[in-house]
Amino acid sequence: MKYLDEYRDGTVAAALVERIAAAATRPWVLMEVCGGQTHSIVRYGLDRMIPPTVELVHGPGCPVCVTPLEMIDRAHAIASRPEVIFTSFGDMLRVPGSRGDLLGLKSRGADVRVVYSPLDALRIARANPTRQVVFFGIGFETTAPANAMAVHQAKRLGLTNFSMLVSHVLVPPAIAAILGAPGNRVQAFLGPGHVCAVMGLREYEALSASYRVPIVITGFEPIDLLEGILMAVTQLEHGQATVENQYVRAVSPDGNRVARDLVFEVFEVVDRKWRGVGSIPQSGYKLRDAYREHDAEQRFEVGAIATQESPACISGLILRGMKKPGDCPAFGRECSPQHPLGATMVSAEGACAAYYQYGRYREAAAVETP
Amino acid sequence: MCLGIPGEITAVREDDGLRVGRVRFAGISRDVCLDYVPDAAVGDYVIVHVGFAISRIDREEAERSYRILEQLGQTAELTADRDEPEPSP
Repeated sequence: MKYLDEYRDGTVAAALVERIAAAATRPWVLMEVCGGQTHSIVRYGLDRMIPPTVELVHGPGCPVCVTPLEMIDRAHAIASRPEVIFTSFGDMLRVPGSRGDLLGLKSRGADVRVVYSPLDALRIARANPTRQVVFFGIGFETTAPANAMAVHQAKRLGLTNFSMLVSHVLVPPAIAAILGAPGNRVQAFLGPGHVCAVMGLREYEALSASYRVPIVITGFEPIDLLEGILMAVTQLEHGQATVENQYVRAVSPDGNRVARDLVFEVFEVVDRKWRGVGSIPQSGYKLRDAYREHDAEQRFEVGAIATQESPACISGLILRGMKKPGDCPAFGRECSPQHPLGATMVSAEGACAAYYQYGRYREAAAVETP
Repeated sequence: MCLGIPGEITAVREDDGLRVGRVRFAGISRDVCLDYVPDAAVGDYVIVHVGFAISRIDREEAERSYRILEQLGQTAELTADRDEPEPSP
């Protein structure tokens, strides 16, 4: 397939690895922000191709992972109601809440359906006018335009039986939280390519300038990631800290203004809690008052549900780049994709789940203890 | 989750006030909302995420940047029998 296969070319990858080795004269710590990037890096073993002086730590960019436990419990409470058809992207169905996952609920008779797009949920709402159809609206800025359009269409078409349980998060406040945390190790970022296809580069230029940190907006294929690593290492070696765009074929500096306009019409920025991390100010979206009748939290009055996480889980430290999966005593023992204890094991894009899937049970501890 | 897959637009139509395209990926075609890429037309490649085209692939940028990478690969093949890599510029 055009624009995919050529970015997996082994000869080009080898040349990039050679360049990275030549460029890196000192140890550097880079974070890839996006869970899709983490998955590619572990799947293709890119972190083992590059010289050991360049360490990759894995970022918080997996929306399934960081969806807070109480939001999963709210989804359960709504999906348990007999009048509800609960719709969701497939990867949310296996995420355990306090009382099991949505798949388990489905097996006990709840009407839970996997959809590919939020527009599919709208179609279900139109075909079932006597039922309440709820879509689990999770994601980063990449997914916000799709979810915004679904709510906007529901309002326009008068589909009063459609609502959305919104748990949207934003990348830049998470990067700021990582950089501002005591003991931060991250010296440069591979930025989230598809988030920037929507949002453009401006927020990242502000971050790069105020924290003096290189940010390279990067794609998702092996060649993209290796080129992004080379660009970030080159900046670090030359003492630069700017935003560069590796993913030029998909990301324009201004992003997608049409998509952003509808996102801002439908959503407003609020504080959000991130699973494993805690509350981050101004780090997510909720529906604006004008779209209140399509807000599932209001419609089903589930806002008060609160929960506790497993104390054994270190996913908060992993999501901030301070630990790696192998550092956790529970990894691969009490905690596995079948029985995840926390954020980074619950989705295939979480760092722990990616390590588990590609057989890295005995990966050496990433952080040297002094 | 932020998976975006490149595909080629093969047809465009109107559906419920939305601009909908038929988009061909490796092996399959599916309907995709094109409202966010108003300039994209049949023959263009778009990045598709959960049923929405979020970006039109800039062909010229893609070719220009890939040519640089390709040249890097060809040079590396020519020098693959050497022990030491060339210092980076």
